[in-house]
Amino acid sequence: MLSKRIIPCLDVKDGQVVKGVKFKGHEIVGDILTLAQAYSEAGADELVFYEISASVEKRLLDVNWVESIARHIDIPFCVAGGIKSVADAARVLERGADKISINSPAIARPELIKELHDEFGKQCVVVGIDSFYDEVTGEYLVYQLTGDPNASSRTRYKTEEWVKRVQDLGAGEIVLNCMNQDGVRNGYDNKQLSKMRALCDIPLIASGGAGTMQDFVDVFQQSQVDGALAASVFHKNVINIGELKQYLTDNQVAARLCN
Amino acid sequence: MIAIINTGCANINSVRFAFERLGRTPEVITSPEQLKNFERAILPGVGHASVAMKRLVEGGWQQAINEYQRPLMGICLGMQLLCDSTEEGNVQCLGKIPGQVNALDVGNLTSPHMGWNNLILNREHALTKGLDENDQVYFVHSFAHTVNDATLVSGEYGQTFSAIVANDNYAGMQFHPERSAKVGTRLLQNFLDWQV
Repeated sequence: MLSKRIIPCLDVKDGQVVKGVKFKGHEIVGDILTLAQAYSEAGADELVFYEISASVEKRLLDVNWVESIARHIDIPFCVAGGIKSVADAARVLERGADKISINSPAIARPELIKELHDEFGKQCVVVGIDSFYDEVTGEYLVYQLTGDPNASSRTRYKTEEWVKRVQDLGAGEIVLNCMNQDGVRNGYDNKQLSKMRALCDIPLIASGGAGTMQDFVDVFQQSQVDGALAASVFHKNVINIGELKQYLTDNQVAARLCN
Repeated sequence: MIAIINTGCANINSVRFAFERLGRTPEVITSPEQLKNFERAILPGVGHASVAMKRLVEGGWQQAINEYQRPLMGICLGMQLLCDSTEEGNVQCLGKIPGQVNALDVGNLTSPHMGWNNLILNREHALTKGLDENDQVYFVHSFAHTVNDATLVSGEYGQTFSAIVANDNYAGMQFHPERSAKVGTRLLQNFLDWQV
């Protein structure tokens, strides 16, 4: 049976792993290679490397990191940060990434999704969506350039329409970052995730809000997502990946146990 | 010495790094004349079958692979290219592994089949040594080889399909052993130990 994926995310700035709260006030939480290797050995099902300042600074992420990490881990590796063209993506994949994830550049130029799909295949193309719940209007809105609080801005898209659009353009997977939940460890936004799950049939990854092991059980059981991404709970040793896998299994969620 | 056949597909490095972690230094080769100098070879592959097959034919690889008598293993699309034919783009393939590759019928499951899944042992072989029924490997594909006599190990996602195949000195793995943690490492070591 296909396992639900547990995906630690390394948000990187200036060569260090950082973590903010609701995309603001980033603090350094660790060393890139040390964390990457530790997660790979602990049983993570995939690793995401995301250079958060790349898109804001209008440049491609530092590809040297891609190669260093790819050499040392033996799990699938997804890379994000300022990938704006087929040529950028090729540089990242050549260095050893298995998938590339795009976010703000896809909003600026949606055809990029189709170009990447046609060149590298659907399985390589992940689209990250930063979605903000507006409590006043009750709408889910797509934001861009969230790597820097000063550059972050609302886009013309509602989350529902953007989810459908990126799937139609050829995305192979969607990572939905629920901004209101980011870094506060109050649980995933299961209501929003269930809503978006119903709109697409490609793999959907939940992001934002993990605080306890029960939050992972809830998101898999209530939102039917394929994977759950988290950062601070793993970086700060709040949750151990091996124990989490056992907890999921004990709660009838299909997980890959690593002994 | 291990050769990694590079026909222009992007992520050769994942496979190269995996062998390096096993203490081997594979050589990435770009011309078919080089193949005969190596003890073993890997045919990786990502992307579309018709594009990859065209590159193999135009690059002169078909004959070199046909004449090769030592262990040669395809990974993911590389495995599919070793079969008789594929439904993806309706192309004839290399014909070293008997059987057809068809679109995976996933029913109401998400597609592509992406993630970690179990393996079912069909037949003992040097390549399956040490494999346990609880072991999982990482798959990313939407086409698959239909189970037949060449199938050593199968997988299940909507339907049953071949996960590891072998015929003479040719073999294939549908999943990515280079990205399948300890289980994948063991399977790559099995390939290194395989004598034909």
